[in-house]
Amino acid sequence: MTKTFPMGGIHPDKHKIAGDIAISNPGLPEIVYIPTKQHIGAPAKIMVKQGDKVKVGTLLAAADGIVSAPIHSSVSGEVIKIEDVIGEFGYYEPMICIKVEGDEWEDSIDRSDAIVRTIPENTEEIIAKIRSAGIVGMGGAGYPTPIKTTIPEGKKVDCLILNGIECEPFLAADDRLMQEKGEQIIVGAKILNKLLGIQKAIIAIDENKPRAIEIMTKLTKTYVGVNVRVCESKYPQGGEKQLIAAITGREVPSGKLPVDVGCIVQNVGTVFAIYEAVMKNKPLFERVVTVSGDAIEKSANFMTRVGTPASFLIEQCGKISSDLGQIVFGGPMMGTSAVNPNAPITKLTSGILLLSSQMSDKKPETPCIRCGRCVDGCPMGLQPNAIARAVRSHNMDALLELHVLDCIECGSCAYICPARLPLLDCCKLGKIEVRQHQNKK
Amino acid sequence: MDNLILINIIILVSIALIAAAVLYFVSQKFKVTENPLIAEVENCLPHANCGACGKAGCHDFARACVNTAAEDFKKLYCPVGGNAVMCQIAHLLGHPDIIKEETVAVLRCQGSCQNAPDKVEYSGIAFCRIANKISSGRSGCPNGCLRLGDCVRACPFGAISMNKETGLPVVDEDKCTSCGTCVAICPRGIYEIRPKGAQTGRVYVACNNKQKGGIARKNCKTACIACQKCAKICPDIKIENNLSYIPTTVPADKFGAELAANCPTKAIVYIGNKNKEEEVKHD
Repeated sequence: MTKTFPMGGIHPDKHKIAGDIAISNPGLPEIVYIPTKQHIGAPAKIMVKQGDKVKVGTLLAAADGIVSAPIHSSVSGEVIKIEDVIGEFGYYEPMICIKVEGDEWEDSIDRSDAIVRTIPENTEEIIAKIRSAGIVGMGGAGYPTPIKTTIPEGKKVDCLILNGIECEPFLAADDRLMQEKGEQIIVGAKILNKLLGIQKAIIAIDENKPRAIEIMTKLTKTYVGVNVRVCESKYPQGGEKQLIAAITGREVPSGKLPVDVGCIVQNVGTVFAIYEAVMKNKPLFERVVTVSGDAIEKSANFMTRVGTPASFLIEQCGKISSDLGQIVFGGPMMGTSAVNPNAPITKLTSGILLLSSQMSDKKPETPCIRCGRCVDGCPMGLQPNAIARAVRSHNMDALLELHVLDCIECGSCAYICPARLPLLDCCKLGKIEVRQHQNKK
Repeated sequence: MDNLILINIIILVSIALIAAAVLYFVSQKFKVTENPLIAEVENCLPHANCGACGKAGCHDFARACVNTAAEDFKKLYCPVGGNAVMCQIAHLLGHPDIIKEETVAVLRCQGSCQNAPDKVEYSGIAFCRIANKISSGRSGCPNGCLRLGDCVRACPFGAISMNKETGLPVVDEDKCTSCGTCVAICPRGIYEIRPKGAQTGRVYVACNNKQKGGIARKNCKTACIACQKCAKICPDIKIENNLSYIPTTVPADKFGAELAANCPTKAIVYIGNKNKEEEVKHD
């Protein structure tokens, strides 16, 4: 029987067009723009200056503090400028612009395809490698991985879950990665096992990825302790707390972390990056990006260097329909529509979607009919309708009582609302305002 | 039967008497004596309870007025009531009159639909606070007005309205009490409380963009490009973060017209003496 989380959830159309398309190499653009902030926490400190020659994998910016991550060059060439460039949301962000010249890699990186299976003995060495490779949670949150893999004192972890759910429609980056780099992911899981001092790892895969399930199940037979669990295809199955509930039946209490219930969840993309960092000395400078949508001729999965402009990838996917409504960075449920299609790909960009106006048009909202579908659909057991009312009337006490800070911003409420109320916007706004209110106190 | 009614009346009356006695005793025992002046001062105040004076409502402000010494009294000011109310209070308390120059909220942005045309569509909820979080806005200016009207909804005096043509909020000078609610609510800090300048008029830089000139002008025709021209006319003007700021001490009647005329992007706005009914405003 397939597993799932107990509360809420919706069933949007899957649109997994890109799931059958192999990961390809899009080539190199002329100039890459590498943002210095691709993670949660402090922006990295820039270590290069204008005119410097860099190779692939050269350190561009070092981590500034514990909650931060270093940034490495994704191309070889010359740093032409370090300045504020317009990002995906229209705000100017400090970026390092590198003119691409050839494709010369740092000597320390192992570029062979051979799979290395012997895990280093020293756990401190492993953590140091993960830290210096600049690995962050690639599911979208961008939380620096070394912090997540270091268990706070007094806490015990007994369950490692690899998140291969990818419940967002359209996206197929993790799906393809499991199909093509399955064994590397499993070795990565064994590395994490060693770090956490446990023997078992569970790879959770959505039932709508039959090929990935088949390949991973076959591979796990040769590795003791690694198991595949198939989860019901329901959104947001890939949410950290939902996945823990589905696999272990444990509920992460409000305001607590998965570690508090003895679980660590890592995205399969992150685990693959850990494998490459530890075994191949390769810093995180490229990732799989799905380009898809109903307003573009063909879909694709690209192994993209960080800093490549999104428009460079879009150009390779054929004609854009004249009916283009919006360009979304990330998935259609949680992603944000981009203001600037020339914005660079970061470590966290899992997809670029070009949606037709029919799909992206927001129809005018009508009054709430109190049907309660948003309450049924909320995977966190919140009351989005009540939150929306409290936000509009600026009632901070009510927002706190409604636990607005537990909202995972999955967008199930807004998707299911028959009155088309902007429930997700209200929840996001409520979170911002409650945090401001608490800071003021 | 008559008896029953009588008993009821007696019981109820006795309960009432006992309760009255208890209430009287408690009210005498726990009486809070307050200076009657406080109530008098409070009566003069506008009862908006907006908190613009820095106190928690009008009663708190009245208490502060009565309880402070003469020299500290000067520091208290009710911007909503203005000079008339403050003079009245000073009179009541026997202090010298307080006369401050009247102030008004000004919008330091001219990024209207015409000057800063929309580049993208915003289809989210029409709140500036969330639009600011999601993207730089429809015009692309990361510091300019988002034109979604958080200030219009927040203004407790109904002094701000949306101009449908320009898309920008307009402050009604007569209704504005410079309470500062709009300054606090605007996620981009565009509003500023400046002296009204009833005699001299007022001059200010109507731009909040801190980007370099070329970048700023790409998004908005009337952006300040920090060209230093205004600083040459009046050396008091400071230019920081690619943005010029005219201090309130700059005499508007002396420099205003010249500054506004010489600004190459028309980012400086001069609103002339209101008594003469002339408004020098460039478009």
